[in-house]
Amino acid sequence: MKKLSVLLVLLLVITVSAFAQGQTEMSEETDAPFKVGVIYVSSPGDFGYSYMHDMGTKAAEEYFGDKIEVIRMENVPENDSAARALEQLVDEGCKIIFANSYNYQDYVLQVAKENPDVYFEHCSGYLSNENMSNYFGRMYQMRYLSGMIAGKMSPTGKLGYVGAFAIPEVIRGINAFTLGARAVNPDATVTVVWTNTWFDPSLERQGAMALLDQGVDVVAQHQDTTEPAKAAIAEGKYAIGYNADFRAITESDNVLVSPMWDWGNYMIPEIQAAMDGTWETQSYWGGLEDDMISLSPVSPLVPADFVAQVEAAKDMIAAGEMDVFWGEIKDNEGNVRQAAGEKMSDADMLSMGWFVEGVIGSTN
Amino acid sequence: MRLALEKRDKKSNSIAFMVPLISFIVSLLLGAIVLVASKANPFEAYAAMARGAFGNARRLQYTIVEAIPLLLCGLSVGIAFRLRFWNIGAEGQYVWGAIGITWVMQFWTFVPDAMLLPVGLVVGMILGALWAGIPGVLKAQWSVDETLTTLMLNYVAIGFAEYLYIKAWKAPLGNLGTPVFPDSAAFSTVWGKIHGGLFIALVLVVILWFVQYKTRWGFELNMIGKNPTAAKYQGVSIRRNIILALLVSGAIAGLAGSINTAAIAHRLTKGVNSGYGFTGIIIAWMAHLNPFASIVVAIVMASLTTGAAALQIAMKLPESMGEVLQGLVLIPLLAGSIFNEYRLIVIRKEAAK
Repeated sequence: MKKLSVLLVLLLVITVSAFAQGQTEMSEETDAPFKVGVIYVSSPGDFGYSYMHDMGTKAAEEYFGDKIEVIRMENVPENDSAARALEQLVDEGCKIIFANSYNYQDYVLQVAKENPDVYFEHCSGYLSNENMSNYFGRMYQMRYLSGMIAGKMSPTGKLGYVGAFAIPEVIRGINAFTLGARAVNPDATVTVVWTNTWFDPSLERQGAMALLDQGVDVVAQHQDTTEPAKAAIAEGKYAIGYNADFRAITESDNVLVSPMWDWGNYMIPEIQAAMDGTWETQSYWGGLEDDMISLSPVSPLVPADFVAQVEAAKDMIAAGEMDVFWGEIKDNEGNVRQAAGEKMSDADMLSMGWFVEGVIGSTN
Repeated sequence: MRLALEKRDKKSNSIAFMVPLISFIVSLLLGAIVLVASKANPFEAYAAMARGAFGNARRLQYTIVEAIPLLLCGLSVGIAFRLRFWNIGAEGQYVWGAIGITWVMQFWTFVPDAMLLPVGLVVGMILGALWAGIPGVLKAQWSVDETLTTLMLNYVAIGFAEYLYIKAWKAPLGNLGTPVFPDSAAFSTVWGKIHGGLFIALVLVVILWFVQYKTRWGFELNMIGKNPTAAKYQGVSIRRNIILALLVSGAIAGLAGSINTAAIAHRLTKGVNSGYGFTGIIIAWMAHLNPFASIVVAIVMASLTTGAAALQIAMKLPESMGEVLQGLVLIPLLAGSIFNEYRLIVIRKEAAK
């Protein structure tokens, strides 16, 4: 009896797949627009990281109009599913594929090697191949500027930061934020809590609550949702957003400012290059001069003359007259990590595993 | 008149065959309602799923690759379920298998390269077995409820794995995850994406079938599951068998974890707890603990996962729709199994008098 059911299921599978085979052949006949694939680690509904990537994708759709067709896959787990998703996009005829999360990188490389005629763009990693680029932005520059605002607005000088993972990208952001705050208020401290997740509304909120309980009056975050900011707003405290303009989303002026991504400014030229056949592999780490990162409009609660001061600092960074990690920089155990008068190398920034003076927390 | 369930006198072949089939059709109909409600053509959606899972050689390979850990977890859980030990801890035992092989690959430098993979698999099995042994001993010695202990131990295992790949064993460069395993320790591939773990799984199916149906131990397990009191009077040691069955169950789940880690992730990293252990429960249940039937069920479950991705591409449906459909397929299949043992009868008023 079991054998019968086994046979039946197999039969079903075979007929369905045979039918499916016929369908694919039919659909590949038409003269299609240039296909672009994207995979997101979360849903664009997060109003955070993937949301901003999708804004970039939408900007590209608007720019190219009918010339491109975008195929999106969201909530793709950072495991073998990523390789499957990438290959399905290749099967669908995508010529350039963007993958937006760090832990996809092994799978992107694997699929890139197997599909040399497709271009792959991996966000936030360090691996590359002839047909695979990695790209990211110098978000720490915006973190620094938002830190200035936080340092200015905090009555107590006690700032908090909800961090996802103790990895170089997040640590760098916390350090830049702290340096910015202490440039305005030398006594400011930044207390860090780790959630060990990018996306978990409830854990992110709990992290913010833990900080607020300790008397922090500005909550910054490196997380994918608006929950930490909302927790701060609910307590009548200030928040610093991330990814998107949290002040617009939460409709609260307590969100002082948000460092934001504008991925479209990277994606559009890359898609154009892929269409023109001029695409080249690169490891791209764009700063604020490239408009891939930006600062949202500042809350009206922040004094206008101070906003001008922040703008001035921004212009100096853009002009290369100043940089965030400019010596002398000490870590929070008193060791000098960057000698006076020197700019930190990209390699040191990309492998940063220590906190600057003023951060309360541990990187391991 | 009213409806009632009546126990069947004997299990008939046609019923065992028709129940899953009808349940499956009901599942598809339920799914169709949801799809229509989301303004998608159900026929196109199902065709897209089938294409996603079996549409070409590579997709078929991916579906089989996905089915390997599911099958192993189904076998693992099935052994414990035989004696009515509700091991819902395969997920944690799987994670320990992944930890075990990573431990060997990263730190057992005294092992020659060629031996890394087999040694890693064995260590993964042992750690999985020990993890399952804890609730086994607790149950055998002090009758501690196994559903709670096995479930809770999952979260301990997952938390410990996170600690390892986020902190203790993290690769020096990069974000999350341990260093990648040496290339020499990779699984050889059988066909395209399909790795040698498939053979291990299939051999285990045969062995477990033989053990369960043809050996004295299998007979004892069955007896304990069906009637523990009778088994005790027959001189069967329930304690010993619970612990033994749990060690075997945990070893198989651990093997699933170490195989998948060596063959696919090549390191311990985020995504190690991908739910295979939990899906294994459904597989064991739907396969009626039969190892051979588990193969088919594992492939069906795997195809739901690999096919769901196609919904996003072809139908532009959100990813969560795939999960909704997976859930909808399960409900009638699991609920339908009641009709294997009972039949629906109509009782008229006069007949009831």
